[in-house]
Amino acid sequence: MKVGVVTFPGSNCDEDALLAIREHVHLEAVPLWHKDHDLQGVDVVILPGGFSYGDYLRAGAIARFAPIMQEIAAHAKRGGPVIGICNGFQIACEAGLLPGGLLRNDHLQFRSMPVTLRVESTATVFTREASAGALLTMPIAHGDGRYSADAATLDRLEGEGQVVFRYVDATGHPTSAANPNGSLRNIAGVSNASGTVVGLMPHPERALDPLLGSTDGLVLFRSLLALTKA
Amino acid sequence: MTAQRTPPSASHGVRPRPGDPTITPALVAEHGLTMDEYGRLERMLERTPTFTELGIISALWSEHCSYKHSRPVLKTLPTQAPWVLQGPGENAGVISIGDGLAIAFKIESHNHPSAVEPYQGAATGVGGILRDVFTMGARPIAMLNSLRFGSLETPRVRYLVAGVVKGIGDYGNCVGIPTVAGDVMFDPAYEGNPLVNAMCVGLLREEELIRAKAEGVGNSIIAVGARTGRDGIHGASFASEDLSEENEAKRPRVQVGDPFTEKLLLEASLELIRSGHIVAIQDMGAAGLTSSSAEMAERGDVGVTIDTTKVPVRETGMTPYEILLSESQERMLVVATRGHEAEVQAILAKWDLVAEVIGEVIAEPVYRVTEGDRIVAEFPGTRLVTDCPQYHPEARESEEAIARRTRDVAAIAPKGEEADPAWTLERLLQSPTIASKHWIHRQYDSTVRTGTVSGPGAGDAAVIRIRGTTKAIAVKTDCNGRYVYLDPRVGGRIAVAEAARNVACTGATPRAITNCLNFGNPKKPEVFFQFREAVYGMGDACRALETPVTGGNVSLYNENPQGAVYPTPTIGMVGVLDDAAHATRMTFTTPGDAIVLLGENTDELGGSEYLSWVHGVVAGAPPHCDLDRERALIGTILEAIRAGQVRSAHDCSEGGLAVAIAESCMGDRARPTGARLDLTAWGALPLRALLFGEAQGRIVVSTAHAEAVLAIAQRHGVPARVIGQVTAADQGLTIAAAQGRCTSTIDRLATAYHEAIPRAMARAAAETVTETAGGTR
Repeated sequence: MKVGVVTFPGSNCDEDALLAIREHVHLEAVPLWHKDHDLQGVDVVILPGGFSYGDYLRAGAIARFAPIMQEIAAHAKRGGPVIGICNGFQIACEAGLLPGGLLRNDHLQFRSMPVTLRVESTATVFTREASAGALLTMPIAHGDGRYSADAATLDRLEGEGQVVFRYVDATGHPTSAANPNGSLRNIAGVSNASGTVVGLMPHPERALDPLLGSTDGLVLFRSLLALTKA
Repeated sequence: MTAQRTPPSASHGVRPRPGDPTITPALVAEHGLTMDEYGRLERMLERTPTFTELGIISALWSEHCSYKHSRPVLKTLPTQAPWVLQGPGENAGVISIGDGLAIAFKIESHNHPSAVEPYQGAATGVGGILRDVFTMGARPIAMLNSLRFGSLETPRVRYLVAGVVKGIGDYGNCVGIPTVAGDVMFDPAYEGNPLVNAMCVGLLREEELIRAKAEGVGNSIIAVGARTGRDGIHGASFASEDLSEENEAKRPRVQVGDPFTEKLLLEASLELIRSGHIVAIQDMGAAGLTSSSAEMAERGDVGVTIDTTKVPVRETGMTPYEILLSESQERMLVVATRGHEAEVQAILAKWDLVAEVIGEVIAEPVYRVTEGDRIVAEFPGTRLVTDCPQYHPEARESEEAIARRTRDVAAIAPKGEEADPAWTLERLLQSPTIASKHWIHRQYDSTVRTGTVSGPGAGDAAVIRIRGTTKAIAVKTDCNGRYVYLDPRVGGRIAVAEAARNVACTGATPRAITNCLNFGNPKKPEVFFQFREAVYGMGDACRALETPVTGGNVSLYNENPQGAVYPTPTIGMVGVLDDAAHATRMTFTTPGDAIVLLGENTDELGGSEYLSWVHGVVAGAPPHCDLDRERALIGTILEAIRAGQVRSAHDCSEGGLAVAIAESCMGDRARPTGARLDLTAWGALPLRALLFGEAQGRIVVSTAHAEAVLAIAQRHGVPARVIGQVTAADQGLTIAAAQGRCTSTIDRLATAYHEAIPRAMARAAAETVTETAGGTR
């Protein structure tokens, strides 16, 4: 299995994602360039974090027009796995690969801190190895992470298991104190209907090494490995 | 050399440019030059300068660029060690950390811009220091900030704090460099003159080190990155004068940052350096194109010629004067090997950036600027920067500082509430200087680049692992300006010693420093005295601790009509851990562990946060700093950590022993512990000195093997004693001393410590601040 990590101008977690896949998941990982139309035969695409195009206009709004996004949309349509992390989640929403969108944090400040997530759905290619209700700790670092969608969409996502992660407190409850950015219904990550495209604001690639405090991000990438065995 | 590339020769002559102002004494004064300095310029040129030449010299001979008041004193600092690869004089200092790897690091001030425009002032400070590091060929891996503000009780200060923190965060977060450490202090002495010092740390392979030295006659000088606009003209001169209400009108001199372009420039520059197509690269920082080109020429001992019509501009009708002095951000000057210009342009184009050939390295020893065919400036020689005036100002200690230092602070009567030491402890934990800075840190991305082993607030210094090795580095900034004010020599020593101690508490060997010297107007004898003595003190400590100075920055004129800031020689220290797994944090982890105090308690209250915060008194001699003892203490803690005997280590600084213990209990609010202490061994000391005095050379350690730690301390000749035990959080904090008892719940202490700054800043959100930089209108 081969994983591609897209570099947009302003991506700054692309190198972290490449190293994460190589060092901790032990898969081949290649960089993909925003101006190209070539996915280099990758099986999985990571849209990494950062500030693509400076987040000017609106986070992810310009990146969706990058040449490589046409190929990624086609890959997703074929059922190819795509994960959008932080800015990558914003891009995926702007590109219509995922429902909803991400707005400025309700308190208007950037937030960098560890958060606790509860796994809400194991019916995605990135969570199939996780247990429903499991609590994962990993960092967030964003200014535009308030997940939003209209009430009907939210109800549909809840009903069809497309809410993948929720911000919760240490005991697993989705309290407002545990919500770092004002996301509706404490939603931290969602998937498309088929569970092949997942986006989340927290950074699983920063939670793979015990030296850095948490290895809870591993389960997302281990789920990919299960895909190769399937 | 081909004929068409031969630059216009000097015989063409320099003539005033039509439309440029005539040189008058008033114009000279407006450029910040004295008539003596102007006379020196005329003698150098053997004629009247043009307006463009006057502008160039006003920038190059500004304090910011020339160090004309500070250089002789700075030369006394130690700069050598076997591991120093690059000392002062380059964009950044560089030390080897073994395995063919090196660390480039530098600290720089952006005080004046931040005083008038906190958001952009702080943001562009971050941008500038990043460029200084990546132009050495290093990839930035960590940012630090040392900030000083006035009292958080005033709306203006809350506005400055909010703006500076957002500016730092927005820039560093966007570029993707973790902001991992720093220090923040509050004191009315910084009212109106906040200090914003940014430090960047980068990693490189030793063989990729590149210097900003123009070389190779015929090589092309290329402007790279953002286009040049009219912003920031005379920023360097602005930073070289006192702040006044008029400075508000100089807001346009503050540049505007674009971190997105910076990120592209970072990637393009590193690619350029690794490509082998260039011989030198330098940031166009203070005094922009002028100082970058003049400094590169001087280092290479070559001449240069630059054509301002070739410089990519973002607005029309810019004069050579404006193009040369613009401080538009995110620009670089590159010297490319002749014939490789197209390759350079291709790399920049990949990152959607422009690169234009604007000049050439020439054999003739001259600094020449043309506007097309017309020569608008021409200076003989290649030492335009160092051939500046040098001053040896008078130095005399102020009577006020002497009076304050010699005041008998033991005679200051305790307040009634102090009968319960827990009241004093809680109050100190609420002091913004001591209180948790989590409100600030949570606005900085500290985990990007997946290297942060120990981030902001977790340990006495931040620890960043070095990928591909077992190593890590520890970084920290420090300086207690109050100590330096009360006794500059001792204060200078303490600044270095405390930074070294902090780095050592994480398990790292202190290796080298960069410094940012923030002082007032050097023409005042009392300010120059502070400067000279503080630098001597730093030198004492750097020699004793083997941490040479690899570079830094001098920021003078940090004063306004209300007076100067505390003399603040901020130290940025870098240390190395051979094994990242040894990284040690400051908080207690395990009930039952013994608490060991390394070092000795004393009867010293002078210059303490206790006196300042509880009594409103800045007086007394700062604590004694014995550098031999500091060295032995560092040896002890490093050996104990490497032997695996240390569970936590935290030095005693502002607030003294009681605050250090309280922080070790509840610094990590999610995992608090309690502690039970017995300090009866120090029955001869006044209780407040024992609990809140700031004696130097002390570290609080928690350990499962107290005997082993005591034995190591004994071998190093360091006093050490078991002073208590870590307990469960619900046991609270209990300190028994012969003179009294201090008991508190952990919850109360944590509330005081963690909620002080958020509570103050919550008020800022509701305030509209329209005051000017002077503080009043």
